[in-house]
Amino acid sequence: MRLTLMADQIALAVRDLAVHFEMEQGVVRALEGVSFDLRAGRTLGIVGESGCGKSVTARSILRILDRPGRVVGGSIVLDPGSSGSTDVLALDSNAERMRAIRGGRIGLIFQEPMTALSVHYTVGNQIIEAVRQHSDLSKQAARDRAIELLREVGIPRPELRVDAYPFQLSGGLRQRVGIAMALAGDPDILIADEPTTALDVTTQAQVLDLLRRLQAEKGIALMLITHDMGVIAEMCDDVAVMYLGRIVEYAPVETLFAAPRHPYTRALLRAVPTILAKPRQRLATIGGAVPHPGARPVGCPFHPRCSEVIEGRCTAAVPPPIPPGQAGASCFLEVPG
Amino acid sequence: MTAADPLASAGQDRWAEATQLRLTWWRFRRHRLAVISLVIIALFYLIAAFADFLSINDPHATDARRSFIPPQAIHFFDENGFNPHVYGLRGVRDRQTFQLVYTPDPNRKLPVQLFTRGYTYNLLGLIETDIHLIGVTGAQRGEGIFLLGTDQLGRDLFSRMIVATRVSLFIGLAGVTLSLVLGVLLGGISGLYGGWVDTVIQRVIEVLRSIPTIPLWMGLAAALPNSWSTLQVYFAITIIISLIGWTDLARVVRGRFLALREEDFVVAAELAGASQGRIIFRHMLPSFMSHVIAAVSLALPAMIVSETALSFLGLGLRPPAVSWGILLQDAQNIQVLSGAPWLLSAAVPVILVILAFNFLGDGLRDAADPYG
Amino acid sequence: MPPMHDALRSPPMRCLLLKDAFRHAPDRTGGAGRDTNAHAYLMLSYLLQRLGLALVTCLFISALTFLIIRLPPGDFVDAYIANLTASGSSVSHEQAEAMRREYGLDQPVLVQYARWMGRVLQGDFGVSMVWRRPVTEVIGDRLWLTMVVSLAALFLTWAIALPIGIYSAVRQYSIGDYIFTTLGFIGLAIPNFLLALILMYLGFRYLGLNVGGLFSPDYVQAPWSWARVWDLIKHLPLPAAVLALAGTAQLIRIMRANLLDELRRPYVVTARAKGLSEMRAILKYPVRAALNPFASSVAYLFPYLVSGSIVVSLVLGLPTVGPLLLQALVAQDMFLAGAIVLLLGVMTVIGTLISDILLIWIDPRIRLEGRA
Ligand SMILES: Nc1ncnc2c1ncn2[C@@H]1O[C@H](COP(=O)(O)OP(=O)(O)OP(=O)(O)O)[C@@H](O)[C@H]1O
Ligand SMILES: [Mg+2]
Repeated sequence: MRLTLMADQIALAVRDLAVHFEMEQGVVRALEGVSFDLRAGRTLGIVGESGCGKSVTARSILRILDRPGRVVGGSIVLDPGSSGSTDVLALDSNAERMRAIRGGRIGLIFQEPMTALSVHYTVGNQIIEAVRQHSDLSKQAARDRAIELLREVGIPRPELRVDAYPFQLSGGLRQRVGIAMALAGDPDILIADEPTTALDVTTQAQVLDLLRRLQAEKGIALMLITHDMGVIAEMCDDVAVMYLGRIVEYAPVETLFAAPRHPYTRALLRAVPTILAKPRQRLATIGGAVPHPGARPVGCPFHPRCSEVIEGRCTAAVPPPIPPGQAGASCFLEVPG
Repeated sequence: MTAADPLASAGQDRWAEATQLRLTWWRFRRHRLAVISLVIIALFYLIAAFADFLSINDPHATDARRSFIPPQAIHFFDENGFNPHVYGLRGVRDRQTFQLVYTPDPNRKLPVQLFTRGYTYNLLGLIETDIHLIGVTGAQRGEGIFLLGTDQLGRDLFSRMIVATRVSLFIGLAGVTLSLVLGVLLGGISGLYGGWVDTVIQRVIEVLRSIPTIPLWMGLAAALPNSWSTLQVYFAITIIISLIGWTDLARVVRGRFLALREEDFVVAAELAGASQGRIIFRHMLPSFMSHVIAAVSLALPAMIVSETALSFLGLGLRPPAVSWGILLQDAQNIQVLSGAPWLLSAAVPVILVILAFNFLGDGLRDAADPYG
Repeated sequence: MPPMHDALRSPPMRCLLLKDAFRHAPDRTGGAGRDTNAHAYLMLSYLLQRLGLALVTCLFISALTFLIIRLPPGDFVDAYIANLTASGSSVSHEQAEAMRREYGLDQPVLVQYARWMGRVLQGDFGVSMVWRRPVTEVIGDRLWLTMVVSLAALFLTWAIALPIGIYSAVRQYSIGDYIFTTLGFIGLAIPNFLLALILMYLGFRYLGLNVGGLFSPDYVQAPWSWARVWDLIKHLPLPAAVLALAGTAQLIRIMRANLLDELRRPYVVTARAKGLSEMRAILKYPVRAALNPFASSVAYLFPYLVSGSIVVSLVLGLPTVGPLLLQALVAQDMFLAGAIVLLLGVMTVIGTLISDILLIWIDPRIRLEGRA
């Protein structure tokens, strides 16, 4: 079984992924050469301000980008190096094989558990559909499997809840349903796009516990998108910091917190409230606003907001990207010049 | 995940300072069809304003002998070069009925000229004059330019259609104004006060909307006393067709009020201690003017069609008033129509105006509420 | 007729309210185990609410009808006597007074209304003056045929608008979408009676046949039989299509706009992320959601179609209540006209009520939470 593969084996390799949205008003370059690996049994955290391309990355992997979004470059390879490796980007997005990967190899968990479920069908119906999409189970067997999944994600009295409509459940339960649905096709990679943002703190902790437990049990490779440095610290093995469609820093989680190398990462960390702060102490913010991806600055995209900008260098050229699989920062401070 | 407005970054200041109405106008200008429609509608209203000046023959003058003359073309050139003219008419005795009827006579050329004298009218209701844009010189009695032919009574269809524009367009305007007053008032009350007032008004609207309107209108229109003057009937019909029309406008206004009540700037004004009147007129009204304008431009064609339908049935305006519906009434009989298909030409302005108003309304609504 | 234009353009209010209700839904941890009695109660109260509104509407229609009957100067007996005198016979003053008493015309208006309602509820609509027969007899099959034509138009509207609306939304800005959008605008702009007129003319002119009517000549007077029903079905498409045009155009727009809205929602991404095929993901989820406003459009569409059928029937010569109503109104045969207006209104309200109840079954939120 897939689950018993060696831990740390690369389950998914993303290389130089570039995504454009071609709009009437011009091309929005949502992603510009993003590279990272997802490893079995490990968690990669992705942080960055709103609009930096986190969700676009997740959707590109599943090939469910909204129009007019288009992958214009790079590769996304499942099981790289093995004999059965597949370039996801080479598949037709509606082809049988791609659909088997979607939900079957890679599961997706959403931010908004209310809107991510259809109010017109029972949660059972929606999970059963996912189960049957990736197996030959009979209706009854699929229902049993759905109940089992609901139990697995910690929903009490799943035999009853299976027939509930999403609007009859609390936010926390709905998010668990979302996770159960993502697990329905027995994927070995999970992408969680801000899975806890819409939840209160207690529920958030429970859901994170659940994700950790599932990962440990099944050896899942988890890609965790979040705004929350606390979540990163608690959950992740490695972290990728994104800014305007690029990964600006990539590091193991301890390194990142102990010695952040990119000015943007440092700014992000300064903006995190801590209980150690003095009362009434002002929270640091990052000056300026994220430029619109349609109007990106010349040079290093962060230079207009950077406190350590090197005139003539940062304003003229884009710093080189971080080599895949290595820790580092995409910043001229790193590159002696 | 929605994209931020791409225009926000470029020229952000310009956008931040513009009023809601101005923003709407900027967005509106991007809808080419809507802008074209606006021009067409403006032209129609110009035609209506200068209807008598533009009409060629007296729209009410009958002449049994020139009954059902087919449309006449203006010939611009003859052997002498540029010389716009139409053919004169020749009296011929009909072989079956032995009546004298006119038919075009290619041997007689009537020169077409600009600013000729015709029947007397009041220009814009102010200046009495008999100057018309075009006409013929040297015409004998009963002759003229019949661009769209004549009807059974020998009246010039082109002139009648031009004059009908006035009634048809302005009855729509009057009806919409009335609807607007009712709609804004009741919709505003409904949206502003909420509670049971809202419930009652909403229920009334629901009741009104679930009734098939045409039979009711027909009943009301037919019940108007025969003794009433054309003007009285005109106003009564206007009221009848706006009785139902206000519900749509009321819905739009109420919806906007409800949405706006929650908006930050209104809450801010409230906290700042602005009076309710000031909030409504300074803050709320301007921000939904564009919605109301869009709703009006969509309600107008409905009114025009309603009048046309009622008059078409013979229950609307009464002759000698002329509206497109009254003109179409003549086209009801299939036998007549097959002999004189030009009687259908009044359908063209009806369709054109409705189409233009619909495009305009659509463009306006998109502009007023690009995300809604 | 087109005052519903705007109504059909934007999703009906009810659906907006539905969305609101759902957005602010408090979280419930109870799940499916919630008290089923409570559900039944909520549903019942919703049903009662709709039923109550329908009753109020009917009462309102009846009052308006009574007003229409009473509006013309003089009363029914005057008209009756005038009618008899015109045809040669005469009525004595005593006879007239006796008739007045019999019909209660000497009583106050409210009493008259109550009595009239009482008789109407027993199925007695009075006697048609022109036909000298009970109104119910005169109307005969015509009421049902009106409903048949309107329902046929309704189903045609849905059958066309649903697939095209889906196509236009899923392939937004494709050539097909542009073509349908343009056609839709033109469909909206042609009032259905004009369309009927144009079709009649074309049929007469180029095919030399009368395209109107609901029956072949052999079946016009025939008693009901399967053959006659079949004949009716064969004649339905043209009038149904004429009637359906504008409504279809509007429903396509509603469907397109709603579906575009729904297609942006996260649950569509969920469906895709499950590995469903694009077709299945769209049909099962967003289309299902967009179907609600679509289905509830019947509340406005049906009265509109019934309305339209009146005028269209006149042009196409359909044996519905339309031509009869016009005759009755012109002849001031007010009992007949009133009965038609009342029956049409009530039938429409009943149709709408039925659709409302069906809607409950479609929407689990109403079914389980009693919210609408
Ligand atoms: N459907 C779309 N149409 C046009 N542009 C889009 C679309 N979706 C995303 N984008 C562009 O891609 C950029 C990245 O969007 P994305 O949703 O990935 O941001 P994000 O990092 O997930 O932000 P958030 O934290 O708010 O979820 C956006 O700034 C936007 O300009
Ligand atoms: Mg996102």
